[in-house]
Amino acid sequence: MNDKGKIIAGVIIFIALVTFPFWYSMGKAAPKPEPVLTPQALEAKACVRDKVWINANHMQLLNEWRDAVVRDGERVYVNLEGKEFNMSLSNTCLDCHSNKAEFCDRCHNYAAVSPYCWDCHIDNPKETK
Amino acid sequence: MNGKYLYSLLAVIVLSLVAYVGTALLRLQVFFGVIVPYLAMLVFVAMFAYRMLVWSRSPVPFRIPTTAGQAKSLPWIQRNRFDSPFTKWEVVVRMALEILTFRSLFRNTRMQLKEDGRIAYDLELWLWLFAITFHYAFFVVLLRHLRFFLEPVPYAVQLLGTVDTFLQIGTPVISMSSFALAGAVLVLFLRRVYLPHLRFISLAADYFPLFLIFGIAFTGIYMRYITKIDVTAAKALTYGLVSFHLPAVADMQAISPIFYVHLFFVSVLLAYFPFSKLMHLGGVFLSPTRNLPNNTRAVRHVNPWNYPVKVHTYDEYEDDFRDKMIEAGLPVEKKE
Repeated sequence: MNDKGKIIAGVIIFIALVTFPFWYSMGKAAPKPEPVLTPQALEAKACVRDKVWINANHMQLLNEWRDAVVRDGERVYVNLEGKEFNMSLSNTCLDCHSNKAEFCDRCHNYAAVSPYCWDCHIDNPKETK
Repeated sequence: MNGKYLYSLLAVIVLSLVAYVGTALLRLQVFFGVIVPYLAMLVFVAMFAYRMLVWSRSPVPFRIPTTAGQAKSLPWIQRNRFDSPFTKWEVVVRMALEILTFRSLFRNTRMQLKEDGRIAYDLELWLWLFAITFHYAFFVVLLRHLRFFLEPVPYAVQLLGTVDTFLQIGTPVISMSSFALAGAVLVLFLRRVYLPHLRFISLAADYFPLFLIFGIAFTGIYMRYITKIDVTAAKALTYGLVSFHLPAVADMQAISPIFYVHLFFVSVLLAYFPFSKLMHLGGVFLSPTRNLPNNTRAVRHVNPWNYPVKVHTYDEYEDDFRDKMIEAGLPVEKKE
């Protein structure tokens, strides 16, 4: 006596679970999203740092900015070219990239990240200083 | 120094170099990013199913559960339902507790000679603690990686991510599972190295998966917190693999080689899985000392492939020799 039937049923369930992403996608394409630049961002041509670096490291830069502003009161960021920026998500980043839905959210939704930056900065409120 | 873990470590280092050199210098992104993962997945699924089917042919003629409690007996004797299960559902509960909470491991004891010369058996829970941390951390990491393979990402996967990162340390936010995984693997490795009786029984096949999984966790942590990769480009590739809509080769080549080392480690783990001790993923369900009810006193289990033995019963014997037995004065069952 053995439990062949039960084991085969278990193996079929296991294979169905392991290959779940294949069923879920149903061969539907979902290429890398392209964030839309506002006219202001296009005109500025350059970001705080170069585009590839910003693409991968912007969250770390913002974290450093937050620590510098909140903990040390340091508000001026000097980039590699020696250009000065106000360390502010609302006043610097979101000034050019005022289209959160077509810019920030596209990649964030694609990679399923929900940064808690938006807990406070959600409606793009301008800081007074 | 011990050859068994040195060779395993060397193998993992060579694997990482193969993927790094192959993508950074030789630009073989299509090979490491598409061909190897597909092959690995195919080997994993096919060989996993094959080994389970081989095991399914093993005969299970008798009940051989190991019990840790009073079996079902007379009605006034209190019994232990889940340590000595009698019905199918009690077995299901026992198996669920075993698989989800590692109950057998929790019973682990260590024999020690006390200072006054007496022997004591103490509970030894460290192995259970790090084993269960390792397994659940790995499971959470695996489930959270679904965000790279599903589009749109289901709410459940996002919710798991929120719970996993609720400490909100830094950006990208620290996910507890990744560090729990790396830490637990490290402890499980050090345990094999520092405890002499474990080092003695540890083979290269024990060290290799530990190094490989640590390599996976390390490259993952490295990509997330130290050197950043283009996450959307990585998802375009991983989602492309499951939807069969691969991104352009130039886009694949734009992803950092570290990503391909990570992917290659995972591919090797998948392909290695069905041939290794990691098959306990499927094997644990087939543990005959856990998944059988302890009902041998209530149900007769006849071995179904018993050889049909030709028997000659006492009644038949008496029929053959009744007259002679009566003549000799021997007692008989039936007089005539």
